[in-house]
Amino acid sequence: MIQLKDICKFYQVGEDRVKALDHVSLHIRPKEFVSIIGPSGSGKSTLMNIIGCLDVADAGIYLLDGMPIEEYTENQLAKVRNEKIGFVFQSFNLISKLSAEENVELPLIYQKVPKAQRQERVKAALDRVGLLKRAKHLPTELSGGQQQRVAVARALVTRPSLILADEPTGNLDSRTTREIMDMFHQIHEQGNTIVLITHDNDVAKQAPRSIHILDGQLTEVTL
Amino acid sequence: MQSVVMALRSIRTNKMRAVLTMLGIIIGVMALVVLVSLINGATGSVTDAVSDLGTSMVTVSISDDKGSPVRLDTIYEWMQTEKNFGAIAPYDTDTAVGKNGAEASSVMVYGVTPAYYEVQGLQLAMGRFLKQTDVDNSSYVCVLNTDAAEELVGYVDCVGQSVTLDNVEFTVVGVLEENEDSLSSMLTSGTLFAYMPYSTLIRLSDSVPDEITSFYIAAPAGGTLEAAESTIEQILYERFNEDEDAYSISSQNLVEEAMDSITSTLSILLGGIAAISLVVGGIGIMNIMLVTVTERTREIGIRKAIGASRGTILTQFLVEAVVLCMMGCCLGIFLSWAILQLVNTVVASTGISFAMDLGVVLVAVVFCFLIGVIFGLYPANKAAKMKPIDALHYGG
Repeated sequence: MIQLKDICKFYQVGEDRVKALDHVSLHIRPKEFVSIIGPSGSGKSTLMNIIGCLDVADAGIYLLDGMPIEEYTENQLAKVRNEKIGFVFQSFNLISKLSAEENVELPLIYQKVPKAQRQERVKAALDRVGLLKRAKHLPTELSGGQQQRVAVARALVTRPSLILADEPTGNLDSRTTREIMDMFHQIHEQGNTIVLITHDNDVAKQAPRSIHILDGQLTEVTL
Repeated sequence: MQSVVMALRSIRTNKMRAVLTMLGIIIGVMALVVLVSLINGATGSVTDAVSDLGTSMVTVSISDDKGSPVRLDTIYEWMQTEKNFGAIAPYDTDTAVGKNGAEASSVMVYGVTPAYYEVQGLQLAMGRFLKQTDVDNSSYVCVLNTDAAEELVGYVDCVGQSVTLDNVEFTVVGVLEENEDSLSSMLTSGTLFAYMPYSTLIRLSDSVPDEITSFYIAAPAGGTLEAAESTIEQILYERFNEDEDAYSISSQNLVEEAMDSITSTLSILLGGIAAISLVVGGIGIMNIMLVTVTERTREIGIRKAIGASRGTILTQFLVEAVVLCMMGCCLGIFLSWAILQLVNTVVASTGISFAMDLGVVLVAVVFCFLIGVIFGLYPANKAAKMKPIDALHYGG
């Protein structure tokens, strides 16, 4: 499913060359629920960007569903993100001008799914996160938890191979955090692969497999 | 289609800015459409006035007859045989001394044939014009204009009276109506005119030769002036040993042609100035689109993260710029229409009316579209080139 081999990524900070990822190797199997935990500056965002095909590694091999990602052009990466990866971000990242259902519909528009089918799938996705009644609301009219659920629906609607969540509960209170995590468990049980990145131990613990990242290097943690 | 709807939504969220952005385009379109429509309207009425001034005809003058002179009989023969000719009116002029008792005055005498009446579009106030028999017999009859009648006889109603021109007595057979609208009467007001048979003038005047040097040709009923012009051109070319310098042919459309070239130059000039303001409007659009792209960096990041390709983003912002331009264009056209209506009510009394010129509206629409594309391309490309991670993390 996901295979990282000797991935390296460098950043130029002034005169210094900072190693964000140092020969990272990782294998994630289908239908796994993996959490990646690490303090800020540990390189977890860089790792997430690479796994999410938002960025390309400087060295190493990344195979997503057997496809060598570093050989892809920018537009091909966009297509991969669109079809294979569902993103859930810390700050929700919904488009504020579009209603909940339009936000969920957007990736399907980019996939050129016909309209009737689009509406059906949007409805199903919103139903799964329990927000069918709020379909016409703008993000600003929804609570943080609801916004994050819309984001989850947007990630689910394309039926991706991988759901990539970057600190999905970082901006939420503990009760809403629980709600969202319950939803991730549900989605996992329904057969989705989930990679969850967090700095919160309590959140990370909920995943069956946890990986620790520090100074650009991974350590497998079994809880 | 989807992207047009999206563009409209995005424009709607910032109405005031959109209107201000469009202002440049609106003013540009208005300048273009209103100015060109006004010029065309004015041209139309001036051209109508010019063509009312005289009947259309071809003027021919012969400078060198190469031994085969044109005579009255030649003219009659052409009128009979050439179907591209209407009336042909030979003429020559001289000045004569007209006497009324002791008073002498200078009179412009025209030697003409009956066709002259028709070709020149003259109007009789009383009596008759010259007849073919007058020409055949070289009769001493003449037709005067009103000024000449008043001067030479003393009153206008003078048919049957006699006048003396160069000491020869002529019988007045008709008096022309004063046509104040015609161009020639404007130019020659106060001049005394006497029209006599061509053959009579040849006898009367030393300077008028037997050969005809000038004549007018009118187009026949249902025929065109162009056909008449090319026919006479061909005839004279052959007649005068293929020497183009022996004669000259001109048509009275010259005035209209001059008018046309003046007004088309004028509309190109003013249209050009208006186009510059459209380009300035386009720069305004580009400016705002650049601001919009920066403002919406995060949105672009999100769109790219969930799978928008470069082309999709490019299209989105390009369509937005074009839609903005076209909205400005439509508003501008509508306002132009309103202004023209207003102008029409103001000048209604003069009888001039200004219609919106469809051609220039089309030009404005196409031009606005092009401006939208050209000035939208740079900001849209800037948006499309953003890296998704940089865009996502922009401003937190």
